[in-house]
Amino acid sequence: MAEIQSYTMNFGPQHPAAHGVLRLVLEIEGETIHKADPHVGLLHRATEKLAESKPYNQSIGYMDRLDYVSMMCNEHAYVMAIEKLLSVQVPERAQYIRVMFDEITRILNHLMWLGAHGLDIGAMTMFLYCFREREDLMDCYEAVSGTRMHATYYRPGGVYRDLPNLMPKYQESKFRSKKELDRMNAIREGSLLDFIEAFCERFPGCVDEYETLLTDNRIWKQRTVNIGVVSPDRAMQLGFSGPMLRGSGVEWDLRKKQPYEVYDRMDFDIPVGVNGDCYDRYLVRVEEMRQSNRIIKQCIEWLRDNPGPVIADDHKVTPPTRVEMKDDMESLIHHFKLFTEGYCVPEGEAYAAVEHPKGEFGIYIISDGANKPYRVKIRAPGFAHLSAMSEMVEGHMLADVVAVIGTQDIVFGEVDR
Amino acid sequence: MSERYETLATRIHERFGEQMSRVPSNCGELTYELDKDDLIEVATALRNEAAFGFEMLMDVCGVDYLNYGSDEWTTNDATDTGFSRGVQRAPVILDEADEFDGKRFAVIYHLLSLQHNFRMRMRVFTGTSNPPLVKSVVDIWNGANWFEREAFDLYGILFDGHPDLRRILTDYGFIGHPFRKDFPLMGNVEVIYDADEGRVVYKPVSIEQRTLVPRVIRDDNRYAADLKDANDG
Repeated sequence: MAEIQSYTMNFGPQHPAAHGVLRLVLEIEGETIHKADPHVGLLHRATEKLAESKPYNQSIGYMDRLDYVSMMCNEHAYVMAIEKLLSVQVPERAQYIRVMFDEITRILNHLMWLGAHGLDIGAMTMFLYCFREREDLMDCYEAVSGTRMHATYYRPGGVYRDLPNLMPKYQESKFRSKKELDRMNAIREGSLLDFIEAFCERFPGCVDEYETLLTDNRIWKQRTVNIGVVSPDRAMQLGFSGPMLRGSGVEWDLRKKQPYEVYDRMDFDIPVGVNGDCYDRYLVRVEEMRQSNRIIKQCIEWLRDNPGPVIADDHKVTPPTRVEMKDDMESLIHHFKLFTEGYCVPEGEAYAAVEHPKGEFGIYIISDGANKPYRVKIRAPGFAHLSAMSEMVEGHMLADVVAVIGTQDIVFGEVDR
Repeated sequence: MSERYETLATRIHERFGEQMSRVPSNCGELTYELDKDDLIEVATALRNEAAFGFEMLMDVCGVDYLNYGSDEWTTNDATDTGFSRGVQRAPVILDEADEFDGKRFAVIYHLLSLQHNFRMRMRVFTGTSNPPLVKSVVDIWNGANWFEREAFDLYGILFDGHPDLRRILTDYGFIGHPFRKDFPLMGNVEVIYDADEGRVVYKPVSIEQRTLVPRVIRDDNRYAADLKDANDG
């Protein structure tokens, strides 16, 4: 009988470590991977084509659903591209709010990543710890936009509304004692900014906790050190961005190099890895959470002292207030036109990129002068990262595939679009 | 447009001359159009020559310019037919044509230079051939691999020299190229579970496509160049 040299194995799409709907066809010899062929597209919704059939503002909600763990950053790139085409000026306060929520989103994303990555390679406590902190940030999302995840909070010209002065509280219920309720509501007595500030005070301690569990942990290091090594040259060649690029030692962050909004006024550092393995990327992301925390604090300080408008005053693009509509005919017309027909964007094309938690998230819009985009292209960082899967896992063991999927921080909402 | 970008534009003009023609932009971005026969030569130079140093290809995407600048709802009897006026029946299938309009399909490349902190965009029209065909840049930027597969899948643009040009986002056995402008938004088939056969089957779509908000292409005074300058001044 002929001896079988290598065989093909199917991994996913229903596999808990596949982070959604990844199907991998692996060519294996023993337990060593020769080749990995990711099959994507199981979550393809043709977001770009749908966006082409709708007025600009109606697609903001689709952006949340791309990378569904860093919702507001997706919106940010989209509204930035529209603002670029329209040459709309965003009020300063809205820029600070956007930066603050971008960083909250970054922490949200990295917590999700850390929890899931930890769970994948054997650190279950991480998952529970990370979700505990995520819950508070979700409450911030809810307080400001009304929903926990798909916020649709950023609009071309600013943000939908100002930060609330009251933080929603837990209600009385027969399942909670008065004492318990008071404990839960203790940090919710003030405004949203107070709540976020309290979180910022607490959060570095939480990161220390995560690091105590993982950074020097023997098992964690065995699973991540020297796994999925990417050299700086290869990382650039393969179109990596974000922590994947910085983990390989390339110092590149759009927030520093091509600053948008008010990032040029923020004081923060960019962590860079050395070896380009899973462990370095872990360290980079953990440090990024600390840096995001710093940025949020600076934003809170500014936002407390500087009230003002949060959305541009150009009613061709942004809706007028309800009050204005009540006694101003023109405002009423603007409102009607805006919500039935949208606004026409001048002919041209624009590419806007943000430093998304996963890498460079870009939106390329071609407009032919209509109220709907002619073409929207979403440049998702995860798509480029996943395409390097085969290269990263080649020669590793089967179990390391899971570590590499984790380290790439894959979310299928954005890969498949 | 910032001075740095003007420097880059001058450099590009000096190096490539007529090969690359600059497309004007309102928002300070650098866009060039080039002939598809020059693509490989230009791309190699842009990547390897120190003056440009575009070591990263951020994005490759296809564009179908079929309906560019045309609006929907050209009917004049809109009020007579009520809500059904937005319904689109019988999609136009132009795939059978031997030749396309030379300006129909384009491939867009977004380049990024980390060393000089530059971005630029290249547009290559695919010409009249059916299927559209351009040279692959996978050998120059390896990251182009999946982006080109995507453009092939969604627009049917072939990339000559691509190592593994398969569909990537659509279903196994999918027919057509869904992002072409003549491909209906609803698609052509839907899947249902057939209880008799005991499996999932394909059948033609049963719903009608309806345009709720029409495309409006309007020359708005706000965007008129002379008025805009007057406002700024």
